[in-house]
Amino acid sequence: MKEEAAPIKTETFMVNMGPQHPSTHGVFRMRLSLDGEVVVDVEPIFGYLHRGVEKLAEGRTWVQDVTLTDRLDYLASMSNNLAYVLAVEKLAGIAVPERAEHIRVIMAELSRIASHLMAVGSFLNDMGAATFTPLIYMFQEREKILDLFEMTCGQRMTFNYIRIGGVSCDLPEGFIPALTRFLGEMPRFIDEYDTYLEDNEILLARCVGVGVLPPDKAINASVSGPSLRGSGVRWDLRQADPYSIYDRLKFDIPTGKNGDVYDRYRVRMEEMRQSLRILGQSVRDLPGGDYRTKVPVTFRAPAGEAYAHLESPKGELGFYLVSDGSLSPYRFKIRAPSFINLGVLRDLLIGCKVADCVVTLGSLDIIMGEVDR
Amino acid sequence: MTRDISQNAAQRIAQRFPGLAAEAAPAGIVVPAESLLEIAAFLKENPDLALDYLAAITAVDYLDHFEVVYHMTSITHNHSLMLKVRLPGRENLALPSLTSLWQGADLQEREVYDLMGIAFSGHPNMKRVLLWDGFQGHPLRKDFIYEPS
Repeated sequence: MKEEAAPIKTETFMVNMGPQHPSTHGVFRMRLSLDGEVVVDVEPIFGYLHRGVEKLAEGRTWVQDVTLTDRLDYLASMSNNLAYVLAVEKLAGIAVPERAEHIRVIMAELSRIASHLMAVGSFLNDMGAATFTPLIYMFQEREKILDLFEMTCGQRMTFNYIRIGGVSCDLPEGFIPALTRFLGEMPRFIDEYDTYLEDNEILLARCVGVGVLPPDKAINASVSGPSLRGSGVRWDLRQADPYSIYDRLKFDIPTGKNGDVYDRYRVRMEEMRQSLRILGQSVRDLPGGDYRTKVPVTFRAPAGEAYAHLESPKGELGFYLVSDGSLSPYRFKIRAPSFINLGVLRDLLIGCKVADCVVTLGSLDIIMGEVDR
Repeated sequence: MTRDISQNAAQRIAQRFPGLAAEAAPAGIVVPAESLLEIAAFLKENPDLALDYLAAITAVDYLDHFEVVYHMTSITHNHSLMLKVRLPGRENLALPSLTSLWQGADLQEREVYDLMGIAFSGHPNMKRVLLWDGFQGHPLRKDFIYEPS
Protein backbone atom coordinates (compact mmCIF):
# COMPACT_ATOMS: atom_id res chain seq x y z
CA MET A 1 0.00 0.00 0.00
CA LYS A 2 1.34 3.38 -0.99
CA GLU A 3 1.41 5.98 1.74
CA GLU A 4 0.53 9.57 0.97
CA ALA A 5 3.61 11.74 1.72
CA ALA A 6 2.53 14.25 4.32
CA PRO A 7 4.10 17.71 3.95
CA ILE A 8 7.00 18.07 6.37
CA LYS A 9 6.09 20.32 9.25
CA THR A 10 8.72 23.00 9.80
CA GLU A 11 9.05 25.78 12.30
CA THR A 12 11.54 28.54 12.86
CA PHE A 13 13.88 28.14 15.77
CA MET A 14 15.98 30.49 17.78
CA VAL A 15 19.76 30.40 18.09
CA ASN A 16 21.88 32.56 20.32
CA MET A 17 25.08 33.65 18.69
CA GLY A 18 27.20 35.06 21.44
CA PRO A 19 27.67 36.75 23.85
CA GLN A 20 30.86 34.69 23.93
CA HIS A 21 31.20 33.76 20.29
CA PRO A 22 34.70 34.25 18.86
CA SER A 23 33.36 36.20 15.90
CA THR A 24 31.60 38.83 17.95
CA HIS A 25 34.84 40.57 18.94
CA GLY A 26 33.87 41.18 22.50
CA VAL A 27 30.67 40.50 24.32
CA PHE A 28 27.90 40.82 21.79
CA ARG A 29 24.89 38.66 21.21
CA MET A 30 22.72 38.09 18.17
CA ARG A 31 19.42 36.31 18.72
CA LEU A 32 18.80 34.67 15.38
CA SER A 33 15.48 33.23 14.27
CA LEU A 34 16.24 30.61 11.68
CA ASP A 35 14.26 28.80 9.07
CA GLY A 36 16.70 25.98 8.40
CA GLU A 37 19.88 27.77 7.35
CA VAL A 38 18.18 31.05 6.50
CA VAL A 39 17.94 33.96 8.91
CA VAL A 40 14.37 35.15 9.35
CA ASP A 41 14.95 37.70 12.06
CA VAL A 42 17.77 38.93 14.23
CA GLU A 43 17.91 40.95 17.37
CA PRO A 44 21.29 42.39 18.36
CA ILE A 45 21.69 42.47 22.14
CA PHE A 46 24.52 44.39 23.77
CA GLY A 47 25.38 46.50 26.78
CA TYR A 48 27.38 43.79 28.54
CA LEU A 49 30.37 46.12 28.60
CA HIS A 50 28.47 49.25 29.63
CA ARG A 51 30.59 51.19 32.09
CA GLY A 52 28.69 54.46 32.04
CA VAL A 53 31.57 56.44 30.55
CA GLU A 54 29.34 59.45 29.91
CA LYS A 55 28.35 59.57 33.56
CA LEU A 56 31.88 58.90 34.83
CA ALA A 57 33.15 61.82 32.76
CA GLU A 58 30.83 64.21 34.62
CA GLY A 59 32.66 63.38 37.84
CA ARG A 60 36.19 63.94 36.54
CA THR A 61 37.95 67.06 35.35
CA TRP A 62 38.24 68.16 31.74
CA VAL A 63 41.88 67.12 31.69
CA GLN A 64 41.29 63.70 33.29
CA ASP A 65 38.51 62.84 30.85
CA VAL A 66 41.03 62.22 28.08
CA THR A 67 41.88 58.91 29.75
CA LEU A 68 38.26 57.75 29.55
CA THR A 69 38.23 58.24 25.80
CA ASP A 70 41.17 55.83 25.43
CA ARG A 71 38.88 53.06 26.52
CA LEU A 72 36.18 53.51 23.90
CA ASP A 73 37.61 52.23 20.65
CA TYR A 74 40.68 50.66 22.21
CA LEU A 75 42.13 49.72 18.82
CA ALA A 76 42.38 53.36 17.81
CA SER A 77 42.71 55.28 21.06
CA MET A 78 44.56 58.16 19.46
CA SER A 79 41.51 59.02 17.34
CA ASN A 80 39.32 59.04 20.44
CA ASN A 81 41.72 61.31 22.30
CA LEU A 82 41.74 63.65 19.35
CA ALA A 83 37.97 63.79 18.92
CA TYR A 84 37.39 64.73 22.55
CA VAL A 85 40.22 67.24 22.61
CA LEU A 86 38.92 68.88 19.42
CA ALA A 87 35.56 69.40 21.09
CA VAL A 88 37.13 70.93 24.21
CA GLU A 89 39.33 73.20 22.13
CA LYS A 90 36.32 74.30 20.10
CA LEU A 91 34.43 75.06 23.29
CA ALA A 92 37.28 76.98 24.91
CA GLY A 93 38.75 78.50 21.74
CA ILE A 94 42.25 77.13 22.30
CA ALA A 95 44.71 77.41 19.41
CA VAL A 96 47.10 74.52 18.90
CA PRO A 97 50.69 74.95 17.64
CA GLU A 98 51.43 73.82 14.12
CA ARG A 99 53.83 71.09 15.21
CA ALA A 100 51.21 69.57 17.50
CA GLU A 101 48.69 69.49 14.65
CA HIS A 102 51.13 67.52 12.52
CA ILE A 103 51.94 65.10 15.32
CA ARG A 104 48.21 64.57 15.89
CA VAL A 105 47.61 63.76 12.25
CA ILE A 106 50.54 61.33 12.25
CA MET A 107 49.13 59.55 15.28
CA ALA A 108 45.56 59.50 13.97
CA GLU A 109 46.60 58.01 10.65
CA LEU A 110 48.85 55.41 12.27
CA SER A 111 45.83 54.49 14.40
CA ARG A 112 43.73 54.15 11.29
CA ILE A 113 46.21 51.74 9.73
CA ALA A 114 46.48 49.72 12.95
CA SER A 115 42.70 49.56 13.30
CA HIS A 116 42.11 48.58 9.67
CA LEU A 117 44.79 45.89 9.90
CA MET A 118 42.98 44.45 12.86
CA ALA A 119 39.60 44.79 11.14
CA VAL A 120 40.71 43.04 7.98
CA GLY A 121 42.73 40.41 9.83
CA SER A 122 39.92 39.40 12.15
CA PHE A 123 37.39 39.59 9.35
CA LEU A 124 39.38 37.06 7.32
CA ASN A 125 39.79 35.00 10.41
CA ASP A 126 36.00 34.95 10.93
CA MET A 127 35.67 33.72 7.39
CA GLY A 128 37.57 30.64 8.44
CA ALA A 129 40.63 31.37 6.32
CA ALA A 130 43.00 28.84 7.85
CA THR A 131 43.68 29.10 11.56
CA PHE A 132 44.68 32.57 12.55
CA THR A 133 47.10 33.00 9.65
CA PRO A 134 45.64 36.25 8.29
CA LEU A 135 45.34 37.73 11.75
CA ILE A 136 48.90 36.96 12.75
CA TYR A 137 50.06 38.24 9.39
CA MET A 138 48.39 41.56 10.09
CA PHE A 139 49.81 41.62 13.60
CA GLN A 140 53.32 41.74 12.17
CA GLU A 141 52.74 45.21 10.77
CA ARG A 142 50.49 46.39 13.54
CA GLU A 143 53.28 45.56 15.95
CA LYS A 144 55.52 48.08 14.25
CA ILE A 145 52.90 50.78 14.72
CA LEU A 146 52.47 49.89 18.38
CA ASP A 147 56.26 50.11 18.75
CA LEU A 148 56.11 53.64 17.36
CA PHE A 149 53.41 54.55 19.87
CA GLU A 150 55.35 53.01 22.70
CA MET A 151 58.42 54.95 21.68
CA THR A 152 56.40 58.17 21.79
CA CYS A 153 54.41 57.90 24.99
CA GLY A 154 55.36 54.63 26.67
CA GLN A 155 51.98 52.99 26.03
CA ARG A 156 50.82 50.45 23.50
CA MET A 157 47.08 50.69 23.94
CA THR A 158 45.67 53.43 26.15
CA PHE A 159 47.85 56.38 25.32
CA ASN A 160 46.43 59.54 26.89
CA TYR A 161 48.85 61.22 24.50
CA ILE A 162 46.79 63.85 22.73
CA ARG A 163 45.95 66.48 25.33
CA ILE A 164 43.98 69.70 25.45
CA GLY A 165 46.22 72.26 23.73
CA GLY A 166 48.57 69.83 22.00
CA VAL A 167 50.20 66.54 22.86
CA SER A 168 51.73 65.34 26.13
CA CYS A 169 55.35 65.22 24.95
CA ASP A 170 57.37 65.88 21.85
CA LEU A 171 58.31 63.13 19.40
CA PRO A 172 61.36 61.28 20.71
CA GLU A 173 64.65 61.12 18.91
CA GLY A 174 64.62 58.32 16.38
CA PHE A 175 60.85 58.47 15.84
CA ILE A 176 60.95 60.05 12.40
CA PRO A 177 63.61 57.62 11.05
CA ALA A 178 61.59 54.69 12.41
CA LEU A 179 58.38 56.04 10.90
CA THR A 180 60.11 56.66 7.56
CA ARG A 181 61.33 53.08 7.55
CA PHE A 182 57.79 51.88 8.25
CA LEU A 183 56.41 54.04 5.44
CA GLY A 184 58.92 52.42 3.09
CA GLU A 185 58.01 48.86 4.06
CA MET A 186 54.26 49.09 4.40
CA PRO A 187 53.23 49.53 0.73
CA ARG A 188 55.05 46.32 -0.17
CA PHE A 189 53.20 44.54 2.58
CA ILE A 190 49.81 45.74 1.38
CA ASP A 191 50.68 44.69 -2.17
CA GLU A 192 51.67 41.27 -0.96
CA TYR A 193 48.44 40.92 0.95
CA ASP A 194 46.47 41.93 -2.10
CA THR A 195 48.28 39.36 -4.23
CA TYR A 196 46.98 36.65 -1.95
CA LEU A 197 43.51 37.98 -1.42
CA GLU A 198 42.20 40.48 -3.95
CA ASP A 199 41.14 37.85 -6.48
CA ASN A 200 41.08 34.90 -4.15
CA GLU A 201 38.25 32.67 -5.27
CA ILE A 202 37.12 31.66 -1.82
CA LEU A 203 37.13 35.24 -0.59
CA LEU A 204 35.13 36.39 -3.59
CA ALA A 205 32.63 33.56 -3.18
CA ARG A 206 32.09 34.41 0.46
CA CYS A 207 31.97 38.21 0.07
CA VAL A 208 30.66 39.38 -3.27
CA GLY A 209 26.94 40.08 -3.16
CA VAL A 210 26.70 39.26 0.56
CA GLY A 211 25.35 41.77 3.08
CA VAL A 212 24.47 44.41 0.50
CA LEU A 213 23.84 47.88 1.93
CA PRO A 214 22.33 50.29 -0.64
CA PRO A 215 23.62 53.90 -0.43
CA ASP A 216 20.27 55.54 0.40
CA LYS A 217 19.69 53.04 3.18
CA ALA A 218 23.20 53.65 4.53
CA ILE A 219 22.58 57.41 4.70
CA ASN A 220 19.11 57.01 6.16
CA ALA A 221 20.43 54.72 8.88
CA SER A 222 23.24 57.15 9.83
CA VAL A 223 25.93 54.64 8.89
CA SER A 224 29.40 56.18 8.71
CA GLY A 225 32.99 55.28 7.97
CA PRO A 226 34.18 52.55 5.59
CA SER A 227 30.74 50.92 5.77
CA LEU A 228 29.16 54.07 4.30
CA ARG A 229 31.87 54.52 1.68
CA GLY A 230 31.67 50.85 0.74
CA SER A 231 28.15 51.64 -0.45
CA GLY A 232 29.53 54.26 -2.80
CA VAL A 233 28.87 57.42 -0.77
CA ARG A 234 31.87 59.73 -0.96
CA TRP A 235 31.65 61.09 2.54
CA ASP A 236 34.75 61.39 4.65
CA LEU A 237 34.86 64.06 7.35
CA ARG A 238 38.55 64.63 6.69
CA GLN A 239 37.47 66.25 3.43
CA ALA A 240 33.81 67.07 4.02
CA ASP A 241 34.47 68.96 7.25
CA PRO A 242 38.26 69.20 7.60
CA TYR A 243 39.74 69.46 11.09
CA SER A 244 43.34 69.88 12.19
CA ILE A 245 45.46 70.21 9.00
CA TYR A 246 43.55 67.83 6.76
CA ASP A 247 42.53 70.65 4.42
CA ARG A 248 46.17 70.92 3.33
CA LEU A 249 46.76 67.22 2.75
CA LYS A 250 46.21 65.43 -0.53
CA PHE A 251 44.53 62.06 -0.50
CA ASP A 252 41.70 60.20 -2.23
CA ILE A 253 38.54 58.79 -0.73
CA PRO A 254 38.15 55.17 -1.81
CA THR A 255 34.57 54.06 -2.34
CA GLY A 256 32.85 50.82 -3.28
CA LYS A 257 30.20 50.19 -5.91
CA ASN A 258 27.90 47.46 -4.67
CA GLY A 259 27.91 48.04 -0.93
CA ASP A 260 28.60 44.39 -0.20
CA VAL A 261 31.01 42.78 2.24
CA TYR A 262 33.74 42.72 -0.39
CA ASP A 263 33.49 46.47 -1.04
CA ARG A 264 33.78 47.29 2.63
CA TYR A 265 36.87 45.12 2.81
CA ARG A 266 38.37 46.80 -0.27
CA VAL A 267 37.69 50.27 1.09
CA ARG A 268 39.68 49.46 4.24
CA MET A 269 42.60 48.12 2.23
CA GLU A 270 42.67 51.23 0.03
CA GLU A 271 42.31 53.57 3.00
CA MET A 272 45.52 52.15 4.41
CA ARG A 273 47.36 53.21 1.26
CA GLN A 274 45.81 56.68 1.49
CA SER A 275 46.85 56.93 5.14
CA LEU A 276 50.41 56.19 4.07
CA ARG A 277 50.20 59.09 1.61
CA ILE A 278 48.97 61.39 4.38
CA LEU A 279 51.72 60.22 6.70
CA GLY A 280 54.34 60.90 4.03
CA GLN A 281 53.10 64.48 3.64
CA SER A 282 52.82 65.25 7.33
CA VAL A 283 56.30 63.90 8.03
CA ARG A 284 57.69 65.92 5.13
CA ASP A 285 56.07 69.15 6.35
CA LEU A 286 56.61 68.60 10.08
CA PRO A 287 57.60 72.01 11.44
CA GLY A 288 59.67 72.76 14.52
CA GLY A 289 58.38 74.76 17.46
CA ASP A 290 56.31 74.01 20.50
CA TYR A 291 54.27 70.82 20.79
CA ARG A 292 51.57 72.28 23.03
CA THR A 293 49.78 75.33 24.30
CA LYS A 294 49.98 75.18 28.06
CA VAL A 295 46.67 74.46 29.71
CA PRO A 296 46.44 74.48 33.51
CA VAL A 297 45.60 71.25 35.34
CA THR A 298 42.65 73.11 36.83
CA PHE A 299 41.36 73.94 33.38
CA ARG A 300 37.77 75.19 33.24
CA ALA A 301 35.97 75.32 29.91
CA PRO A 302 33.80 78.43 29.58
CA ALA A 303 30.05 77.86 29.89
CA GLY A 304 28.53 76.79 26.60
CA GLU A 305 28.32 73.82 24.32
CA ALA A 306 30.23 72.39 21.38
CA TYR A 307 29.99 69.46 19.01
CA ALA A 308 33.13 68.29 17.23
CA HIS A 309 33.49 65.21 15.08
CA LEU A 310 36.18 63.45 13.12
CA GLU A 311 36.63 60.51 10.82
CA SER A 312 37.76 57.72 13.10
CA PRO A 313 38.67 54.34 11.60
CA LYS A 314 35.15 53.16 12.43
CA GLY A 315 33.25 56.22 11.22
CA GLU A 316 32.02 59.56 12.50
CA LEU A 317 33.18 59.87 16.09
CA GLY A 318 31.64 62.93 17.71
CA PHE A 319 31.68 64.56 21.10
CA TYR A 320 28.94 66.90 22.27
CA LEU A 321 30.09 68.72 25.37
CA VAL A 322 28.11 71.04 27.61
CA SER A 323 29.96 73.15 30.14
CA ASP A 324 28.65 75.16 33.08
CA GLY A 325 32.04 76.76 33.60
CA SER A 326 33.19 74.32 36.28
CA LEU A 327 36.07 71.86 36.49
CA SER A 328 34.13 68.99 34.89
CA PRO A 329 31.85 68.69 31.89
CA TYR A 330 28.13 69.13 32.61
CA ARG A 331 27.29 66.71 29.80
CA PHE A 332 29.67 64.49 27.92
CA LYS A 333 28.00 62.80 24.98
CA ILE A 334 29.81 60.38 22.70
CA ARG A 335 28.51 59.82 19.21
CA ALA A 336 29.91 56.33 18.76
CA PRO A 337 30.07 55.13 15.14
CA SER A 338 30.13 51.40 15.99
CA PHE A 339 26.94 51.76 18.03
CA ILE A 340 25.02 53.55 15.31
CA ASN A 341 26.36 51.33 12.50
CA LEU A 342 24.82 48.36 14.30
CA GLY A 343 21.41 49.78 13.39
CA VAL A 344 21.64 48.25 9.92
CA LEU A 345 22.70 44.80 11.06
CA ARG A 346 19.17 43.45 10.99
CA ASP A 347 18.58 44.64 7.43
CA LEU A 348 21.84 43.10 6.26
CA LEU A 349 21.28 39.72 7.89
CA ILE A 350 17.65 38.93 7.15
CA GLY A 351 17.52 36.44 4.31
CA CYS A 352 21.15 35.40 4.46
CA LYS A 353 22.64 32.11 5.63
CA VAL A 354 23.93 31.59 9.16
CA ALA A 355 27.51 31.36 7.96
CA ASP A 356 27.21 34.78 6.31
CA CYS A 357 26.19 36.41 9.58
CA VAL A 358 29.73 36.15 10.85
CA VAL A 359 31.24 37.63 7.71
CA THR A 360 28.71 40.46 7.54
CA LEU A 361 29.21 41.41 11.18
CA GLY A 362 32.97 41.32 10.64
CA SER A 363 32.68 43.63 7.65
CA LEU A 364 30.92 46.29 9.75
CA ASP A 365 33.95 46.34 12.07
CA ILE A 366 32.30 47.12 15.37
CA ILE A 367 34.14 47.40 18.64
CA MET A 368 32.34 46.75 21.88
CA GLY A 369 34.24 49.25 23.98
CA GLU A 370 32.64 51.92 21.86
CA VAL A 371 29.23 50.32 21.36
CA ASP A 372 28.57 49.83 25.06
CA ARG A 373 30.54 52.77 26.48
CA MET B 1 33.80 72.75 5.27
CA THR B 2 30.38 71.84 6.57
CA ARG B 3 28.36 75.06 6.85
CA ASP B 4 26.02 75.78 9.73
CA ILE B 5 22.56 76.75 8.43
CA SER B 6 20.77 77.71 11.65
CA GLN B 7 19.75 81.19 10.40
CA ASN B 8 18.53 79.97 7.04
CA ALA B 9 16.64 77.03 8.55
CA ALA B 10 14.97 79.24 11.18
CA GLN B 11 13.72 81.60 8.45
CA ARG B 12 12.42 78.80 6.28
CA ILE B 13 10.61 77.18 9.16
CA ALA B 14 9.01 80.54 9.99
CA GLN B 15 7.84 80.85 6.36
CA ARG B 16 6.55 77.32 6.11
CA PHE B 17 4.89 77.16 9.53
CA PRO B 18 3.53 80.66 10.25
CA GLY B 19 2.81 81.34 13.89
CA LEU B 20 5.23 78.69 15.05
CA ALA B 21 8.13 80.00 17.05
CA ALA B 22 11.47 78.54 15.98
CA GLU B 23 13.84 80.33 18.30
CA ALA B 24 17.42 80.71 17.19
CA ALA B 25 19.66 79.42 19.98
CA PRO B 26 23.45 79.87 19.82
CA ALA B 27 24.50 77.67 16.90
CA GLY B 28 21.12 75.98 16.51
CA ILE B 29 17.36 76.32 16.63
CA VAL B 30 14.79 75.39 19.23
CA VAL B 31 11.40 74.10 18.13
CA PRO B 32 8.29 73.13 20.12
CA ALA B 33 7.95 69.45 20.95
CA GLU B 34 4.48 69.03 19.46
CA SER B 35 5.57 70.08 15.96
CA LEU B 36 8.91 68.24 15.99
CA LEU B 37 7.84 65.54 13.58
CA GLU B 38 6.47 67.85 10.88
CA ILE B 39 9.42 70.22 11.15
CA ALA B 40 11.87 67.33 10.92
CA ALA B 41 10.04 65.99 7.88
CA PHE B 42 10.19 69.45 6.29
CA LEU B 43 13.93 69.76 6.98
CA LYS B 44 14.56 66.38 5.46
CA GLU B 45 12.31 66.64 2.40
CA ASN B 46 12.91 70.27 1.38
CA PRO B 47 15.34 70.09 -1.57
CA ASP B 48 17.31 73.19 -0.48
CA LEU B 49 17.80 71.95 3.06
CA ALA B 50 17.85 68.18 2.42
CA LEU B 51 19.10 67.21 5.87
CA ASP B 52 19.32 63.57 4.94
CA TYR B 53 21.71 62.35 7.61
CA LEU B 54 20.76 62.29 11.28
CA ALA B 55 24.20 62.29 12.85
CA ALA B 56 23.40 62.23 16.55
CA ILE B 57 20.57 62.41 19.08
CA THR B 58 21.27 63.25 22.67
CA ALA B 59 19.60 64.69 25.74
CA VAL B 60 20.83 67.01 28.45
CA ASP B 61 19.33 67.25 31.92
CA TYR B 62 19.08 70.89 33.10
CA LEU B 63 17.09 69.90 36.23
CA ASP B 64 14.11 72.18 35.51
CA HIS B 65 13.90 70.95 31.94
CA PHE B 66 15.42 68.47 29.50
CA GLU B 67 16.86 69.39 26.17
CA VAL B 68 16.89 66.83 23.37
CA VAL B 69 19.48 67.72 20.75
CA TYR B 70 19.47 66.49 17.14
CA HIS B 71 22.57 66.94 15.00
CA MET B 72 21.57 66.78 11.36
CA THR B 73 23.78 66.89 8.31
CA SER B 74 23.08 67.16 4.62
CA ILE B 75 25.40 64.90 2.67
CA THR B 76 23.91 66.35 -0.52
CA HIS B 77 24.79 69.98 0.29
CA ASN B 78 27.40 69.53 3.01
CA HIS B 79 25.75 71.68 5.66
CA SER B 80 24.54 70.94 9.15
CA LEU B 81 21.98 72.00 11.71
CA MET B 82 21.56 71.54 15.42
CA LEU B 83 17.90 71.21 16.36
CA LYS B 84 16.77 71.33 19.97
CA VAL B 85 13.55 70.53 21.76
CA ARG B 86 12.88 71.55 25.37
CA LEU B 87 10.84 69.38 27.68
CA PRO B 88 9.81 70.86 31.04
CA GLY B 89 9.30 68.65 34.10
CA ARG B 90 10.75 65.29 35.05
CA GLU B 91 7.95 62.73 34.82
CA ASN B 92 6.27 61.06 31.84
CA LEU B 93 8.39 62.80 29.27
CA ALA B 94 7.65 61.96 25.66
CA LEU B 95 8.55 63.13 22.19
CA PRO B 96 7.44 61.93 18.76
CA SER B 97 9.88 59.39 17.35
CA LEU B 98 11.78 60.24 14.17
CA THR B 99 12.28 56.60 13.17
CA SER B 100 9.70 57.01 10.40
CA LEU B 101 12.03 59.55 8.76
CA TRP B 102 15.48 58.24 9.64
CA GLN B 103 16.25 54.65 10.48
CA GLY B 104 19.33 55.97 12.25
CA ALA B 105 17.08 57.34 15.00
CA ASP B 106 16.19 53.83 16.18
CA LEU B 107 19.10 52.90 18.46
CA GLN B 108 19.82 56.49 19.43
CA GLU B 109 16.29 57.13 20.69
CA ARG B 110 16.43 53.91 22.64
CA GLU B 111 19.66 55.08 24.22
CA VAL B 112 18.12 58.40 25.23
CA TYR B 113 15.19 56.52 26.72
CA ASP B 114 17.45 54.10 28.54
CA LEU B 115 19.80 56.63 30.10
CA MET B 116 17.66 59.78 30.33
CA GLY B 117 14.13 58.45 30.59
CA ILE B 118 12.54 60.28 27.69
CA ALA B 119 10.17 58.03 25.76
CA PHE B 120 9.61 58.36 22.02
CA SER B 121 6.07 57.71 20.88
CA GLY B 122 5.73 55.83 17.62
CA HIS B 123 9.06 54.06 18.05
CA PRO B 124 8.69 50.42 16.96
CA ASN B 125 10.73 48.97 19.83
CA MET B 126 10.87 51.41 22.73
CA LYS B 127 12.87 49.53 25.34
CA ARG B 128 16.24 49.75 27.05
CA VAL B 129 19.27 49.19 24.90
CA LEU B 130 22.37 49.23 27.12
CA LEU B 131 20.98 48.40 30.55
CA TRP B 132 18.85 45.38 31.35
CA ASP B 133 15.06 45.40 31.45
CA GLY B 134 14.62 45.32 35.23
CA PHE B 135 16.92 48.29 35.87
CA GLN B 136 15.43 51.06 37.99
CA GLY B 137 15.95 54.68 37.02
CA HIS B 138 17.85 56.47 34.27
CA PRO B 139 21.50 56.95 35.21
CA LEU B 140 22.40 59.99 33.13
CA ARG B 141 19.84 62.11 34.97
CA LYS B 142 21.46 64.51 37.38
CA ASP B 143 19.36 63.30 40.33
CA PHE B 144 20.13 59.63 39.80
CA ILE B 145 21.60 57.96 42.85
CA TYR B 146 23.17 54.57 42.49
CA GLU B 147 22.18 52.14 45.21
CA PRO B 148 23.78 48.74 44.85
CA SER B 149 21.28 46.10 45.88
